[in-house]
Amino acid sequence: MSTPRTPQTPQAPQTTGPAPDTSVNDVNDLIGSGQEGSVADQARAYLQRIQHGDMGALPAVAGLVVLTILFSFLSPFFLTERNFANLLTQAATLVMLGMALVFVLLLGEIDLSAGVTSGMTMALFIVLVNVHAIAWPIALAIAFAAGILTGTLIGFFVARVGIPSFVVTLGLFLGYQGLTLMIIGSGGLYRVQIPEIRDIQNSNMPVWAGWVMLAIIIAISAGISFWDRARRTRAGVPNRTIALVWIKLGVIAVIGGAAIAVLSRNRGQSVGVVEGVPIVVPIVLVILWIGTFVLDRTRFGRYLYAIGGNAEAARRSGVKVMAIRWSAFIVCSTLAVVSGLFSISKVGSIDAAAGREIVLSGVAAAVVGGVSLFGGRGRLMHAAIGALVIAVITNGLGLLNLPAGVNLMVTGGVLILAATVDAISRVRAGGSLMRT
Amino acid sequence: MDVPLIELSGVVKSFGPVSVLKGVELKAFPGKVTALVGDNGAGKSTLIKGLAGVQPYDGGEVRFDGAPVSLHHPRDASRLGIEVVYQDLALCDNLDIVQNMFLGREETEFGTFDEGLMEKEASDTLRSLSVRTVKSVRQKVSSLSGGQRQTVAIARAVLKKARLVILDEPTAALGVAQTEQVLNLVRRLADQGVAVILISHNLADVFEVADHIDVLYLGQMVAHLDADQTSRDDVVGYITGTKVQQGASA
Ligand SMILES: Nc1ncnc2c1ncn2[C@@H]1O[C@H](COP(=O)(O)OP(=O)(O)O)[C@@H](O)[C@H]1O
Ligand SMILES: [Mg+2]
Repeated sequence: MSTPRTPQTPQAPQTTGPAPDTSVNDVNDLIGSGQEGSVADQARAYLQRIQHGDMGALPAVAGLVVLTILFSFLSPFFLTERNFANLLTQAATLVMLGMALVFVLLLGEIDLSAGVTSGMTMALFIVLVNVHAIAWPIALAIAFAAGILTGTLIGFFVARVGIPSFVVTLGLFLGYQGLTLMIIGSGGLYRVQIPEIRDIQNSNMPVWAGWVMLAIIIAISAGISFWDRARRTRAGVPNRTIALVWIKLGVIAVIGGAAIAVLSRNRGQSVGVVEGVPIVVPIVLVILWIGTFVLDRTRFGRYLYAIGGNAEAARRSGVKVMAIRWSAFIVCSTLAVVSGLFSISKVGSIDAAAGREIVLSGVAAAVVGGVSLFGGRGRLMHAAIGALVIAVITNGLGLLNLPAGVNLMVTGGVLILAATVDAISRVRAGGSLMRT
Repeated sequence: MDVPLIELSGVVKSFGPVSVLKGVELKAFPGKVTALVGDNGAGKSTLIKGLAGVQPYDGGEVRFDGAPVSLHHPRDASRLGIEVVYQDLALCDNLDIVQNMFLGREETEFGTFDEGLMEKEASDTLRSLSVRTVKSVRQKVSSLSGGQRQTVAIARAVLKKARLVILDEPTAALGVAQTEQVLNLVRRLADQGVAVILISHNLADVFEVADHIDVLYLGQMVAHLDADQTSRDDVVGYITGTKVQQGASA
């Protein structure tokens, strides 16, 4: 810096704040960093943020807990190992689609065609394999290419031409239903016979691999936390008290450990042992982790939030707004293809209606989890948790043998509730971008 | 007199049929505050948006350090060390102070953010400007008051060795004490050798900090004045068009 630091003699010493482990910093420093203080101070600051409407995924997590307790009382099957594994695989498609949508929702945009994109690309995939006898990896690559192309097309019309994304993707929503119908033929249905694809949702990892996965997750979380702390120390800014790192790792270990313990028990009904974490789980976790890393720690991610917050400010700061907008749609459509893959793996077949219904549930999942429809606020984790809430409602009501109509009505009610929370917190606070 | 850091001549800009800048010239000098005054709609904001590369001029010449430059993108301007504090501030409410100050020029290591370094530089800059009112650099901008936002916007402008800082009506929305703080900040910037262009409606502010006063009237520069050789009444005369300086306009 060329600017000389004006030495200040503090007239009145500030209230001697607690901050034993912030000794790196000047004691007379009047500008804090939000990292100072004990666990209690941090907890108080967190509560304050919540009071200001910055609730993140808290309502959704609370909802998840309440629903779990409720359904475990109402149905003896809800809290079984079998149903837990089933729930995860049922949710995977929606989790993936919700995460895909976060990338455009952060911009304040929407992709109503994400569902039919997953349906169309999967129709293409299976028809290429079943009818044209193309090797499945090549057919899958073609399906992904079609997804990327779809995102490029949407991005062109939204970011370049300037048509509202609602209109462009509504058009595509209709158009792709037609395209899927032409690919599959009316009334047609194709079976998915590729073992590798079926395995994603129907096979499990060996029990030991589940525990190794948890160990890797804890190791990576710890590694990143300590890397961050080392960098902050090097820069000479205070770190949060280290107890928070242990608490975070402890929470991951306890919750993750409990889930894997449950999934490691035999849940086979008669002959044969069924145990281990479903293969889809680590795939979702890897995508969640990479996506979160990109959103939190790279320019692309930061600019998505910035554009969602104030596009003009981002433009004036030299952000290539058009390119970022465009890429967000490509990421969304590409991840939608992954969601389609989970879907056909679970269902085992594909017909012309594939992906028609799910997109609104995907948007609902994101919003229920705390992603703002107004842009600039939300995380991938939020969409995942929101999708779990919706999946639990579907699963639980299904166990109770209630008519499907009840499910839709309850899900709709939850969505409106979540959107209300979103609107209120938008008035009361700016966002929840910083991680804890 | 010194050599100007930046020199505009014959700058023109129209929006459709409306000609907003009709051949404007302007100079700014290192270490000096040049006030740009003019009535609403005179074209002040349009003039500086061109300098920022946000809204390029239709024609005319811009010389920086004596050499002609083209300003067609915000990055062109920031590469030269031109920083603008906009009238509407242009901050992202959903980001915190550090993130706003570094938007578009984040510090990275292996392609990922070095948050510690950014936080350090941000708080150093705020401290060098003697900012005392901000509680934490990790506060969301949405939680800041008008004066604090102004401070963040100015701190953002001087974060990276700016050579020309342009402030568009920085005190318009501020109270008395905050206005005084911002004007002190403006003076301190100039004392550090930065060329400052200050747009203001408030002539008291202008006379308090400016070395030169340039008057824009309906898209034309009608007067270049030295602050200590002119009077309030003269400036008002030029602004309202009742007075015309000989040889000022092309
Ligand atoms: N983007 C635009 N499109 C059309 N007209 C504009 C635009 N920006 C500014 N103008 C017009 O240009 C004139 C000068 O505006 P501006 O530069 O904001 O004036 P000032 O900042 O001096 O008040 C005004 O008449 C305004 O209506
Ligand atoms: Mg203006």
